[in-house]
Amino acid sequence: MLENKEYKVIGTRPIRHDGVDKVTGRALYGADFQAAGLLHGRVLRSPHAHAHIISIDTSRAEALPGVKGVVTAKDLPNPGDKIADLGEGAVNLKHLCDNILASDKVLYKGHAVAAVAATNPHIAEEACTLIDVEYEVLPPVLEVRQAMESDAPILHDTIRTTSLGETGDEPSNVASHIQHKLGDPEKGFAEADVIIEREFVTGTVHQGYIEPHNATAHYNADGQLTIWCSTQGAFTVREQVAEILQYPISKIKVVPMEIGGGFGGKISVYIKPVAALLAKKTGKPVKVLMNRADVFEGTGPTPASYIRVKMGATKAGKLTAAQAYLAFEAGAYPGSPVGPGAMCIFAPYNIENVIIDGYDVVVNKPKTAPYRAPGAPNAAFGSETVVDEIAEKLGIDPLEIRLLNAAKEGDRRADGPVHPRIGCIETVEAAKAHPHYTAPNGKKHHGRGVASGYWFNIGLESSVTINVNSDGTINLIEGSTDIGGTRASIAMQAAEVLGIPAESVNPSVVDTNSVGYTAVTGGSRTTYATGYAAYEAAQDVKQQMIARAAKLWEVDAANVQFADGEFSSINGKEEQISFRDLCARLGETGGPIVGSGTVNPGGAGGAYATHVVDVVVDEETGKVDILRYTAVQDAGKAIHPSYVEGQIQGGAVQGIGWALNEEYIYNAEGEMTNASFLDYRMPTCLDLPMIDAVIVEVPNPGHPYGVRGVGEVPIVPPMAAIANAIYDAIGIRMTELPMSPDRLLKAMGKI
Amino acid sequence: MPIVAIPSLLRNLTNGKESITVPGATIREVIDNLESRYPGMKARLCENDRIKPGIAVYVNGLLTRGSILERVDADAEIHFLPAIGGGISETFH
Repeated sequence: MLENKEYKVIGTRPIRHDGVDKVTGRALYGADFQAAGLLHGRVLRSPHAHAHIISIDTSRAEALPGVKGVVTAKDLPNPGDKIADLGEGAVNLKHLCDNILASDKVLYKGHAVAAVAATNPHIAEEACTLIDVEYEVLPPVLEVRQAMESDAPILHDTIRTTSLGETGDEPSNVASHIQHKLGDPEKGFAEADVIIEREFVTGTVHQGYIEPHNATAHYNADGQLTIWCSTQGAFTVREQVAEILQYPISKIKVVPMEIGGGFGGKISVYIKPVAALLAKKTGKPVKVLMNRADVFEGTGPTPASYIRVKMGATKAGKLTAAQAYLAFEAGAYPGSPVGPGAMCIFAPYNIENVIIDGYDVVVNKPKTAPYRAPGAPNAAFGSETVVDEIAEKLGIDPLEIRLLNAAKEGDRRADGPVHPRIGCIETVEAAKAHPHYTAPNGKKHHGRGVASGYWFNIGLESSVTINVNSDGTINLIEGSTDIGGTRASIAMQAAEVLGIPAESVNPSVVDTNSVGYTAVTGGSRTTYATGYAAYEAAQDVKQQMIARAAKLWEVDAANVQFADGEFSSINGKEEQISFRDLCARLGETGGPIVGSGTVNPGGAGGAYATHVVDVVVDEETGKVDILRYTAVQDAGKAIHPSYVEGQIQGGAVQGIGWALNEEYIYNAEGEMTNASFLDYRMPTCLDLPMIDAVIVEVPNPGHPYGVRGVGEVPIVPPMAAIANAIYDAIGIRMTELPMSPDRLLKAMGKI
Repeated sequence: MPIVAIPSLLRNLTNGKESITVPGATIREVIDNLESRYPGMKARLCENDRIKPGIAVYVNGLLTRGSILERVDADAEIHFLPAIGGGISETFH
């Protein structure tokens, strides 16, 4: 239990405001949406991983009774060469459009080529089989190193390798090269007594959210487009749809329904513009739902990667130099998370001499999308395994070597910026002090491993409005879709300011017409930035309430103070009124009070985690079981500790799945052969022990309550921690993910 | 004066110098002054009087909105880094 001396609401564990609706099945998700005259859409997807589209004939589908409209890429406006400016994200508009409905080429199996709206889903599905698409099939390239070869099939004739503003001459699958260099790596390696260099390969992994993508679109007679959907960010849906359809933002309203998981995968749009096209063509509301195979094959997973890591240390364990080569599969269009991978890979350490090269490479797989700490887990799998090996070679405890080299405030990251106050050391110390780390673990084929991880978190724009009710409650209006309990964590920050219970706040997540601009629920930013906006909105309310109390008592506002939910006059007149009682007198003191807060904070503060895991390896089957798992993480300040623990546990579990089971399995033609939850094996509660979540609090100076984002960093350490535990158990270093039974058996020489 | 950390991939323009002290009260002024001393720098960082897509600007360790109009303090440390991709760019929206 965390200490909570300074706050009344923050750090407590109230029941989440949306909890009852969700556990009783009353909460409305996108698939629940109904409307009079609703049509059902279905998307036709490419059977080929790489092919030119010669022709698309939709006439037979259009003739099927019940079909009301068919669309292809020809129904999209011509994107030209435009770079769409989605805030700070700049996206090639043709790539964005082609990923919605392919125009000239299909680039992965499952790539959308056409869509149908019909009076029921079965007719729509049947109509898809009547669309005749003529393809010229091309050889696919499915692996990053092969795609980088000079004789590899080229996906895009227009892509040249860019290197921080410089562009190559020849078409290439390597969309970009980045590099970070600090100090003198050559000198650093010359000073090392031990140098370890290893190669690592990671598989393509999906976020595995339970709720498939969905969207319903409808045009009013006046041209107003409304989209009801599952998304991590209603405003980014609005921006993307506006760019793709070349339609004014002012004419688009996006209504975020409840969301059944996202983990980064529900930021990019897929079927939302398609539903809009079908709605325009038919003049009716059109609902499009994905099934699970659509989700696997037609939406963005996180990339497979090839990584080389070289690190050197002195006999005393001081890391003197580090080098990394990161090649990430972007999927069909540029934009892999190699950038953040390169920024995070050595961030738990203070190393003076570092060079990191990263490559963003297109392959014939779905375009990648964010997934919890995008890029960082791949990178940490390499670096944290090598650190473990160095510790072993030097005979130093693996947590001790981390402490010896741990990054701290004032140290420079390899990509340049200097760390602000961070909690890296504190998480390693807490892991070392945890009873798990010293518990007996010496049985045959049992092993223990540790790893650390970093994620930098983001800030961005958030807006909150607060309406004060006469009964002493407030309605809090926000634009952040609630994935992990953020209604509660945001409401609690407003409640703390106003001295009222969390239950006196009624939070609502509203549409894009009803709140100020708010960026996505992603980057571990929501409790940090939208919470910050709620804090500001509550401060606004507080100041207005102080003015009302002053009016009531006929004193100057400077002579009114507010503490513990009570307004009181100072300097003479003894008056006192509670927040609740003053709310009842708003009418007579000037009318309703509305507070607002809008922020774009830059000080998100990086987050660190250190995990300890015990495993047992079955030498007959190669199966790895997790026996005990402890995840330590710096939360800055845990607003609602239960939901912080939930994020830590969820991230660790997804990391365990990534480590042991999960991967897209492709055949030579580029077809995913395990596009269902039966064959794409995610861990269930039956596979896992209780994850022991340990919260460390090193307050973030960039937030009024010290909050750091918590949602992403817990997925960074698990793969390396488990690989290190497997080594401890059987003496074999696993360097390829997932560490599935067949790979274990191969490594043990049993098959 | 602000200090600009030169990314390794741009150091061919600065004869290998890793950081440059240049005057400027905004990112635009800093880049213009960099350009006058190291021709070619502006073309690598800017396009149509805006920071190029794919490049992020950090001032004193904090990610900015990437506007050339961003004001910088006299002792600011400025980094031009690859923008965070992987769809996070879509979150930077």
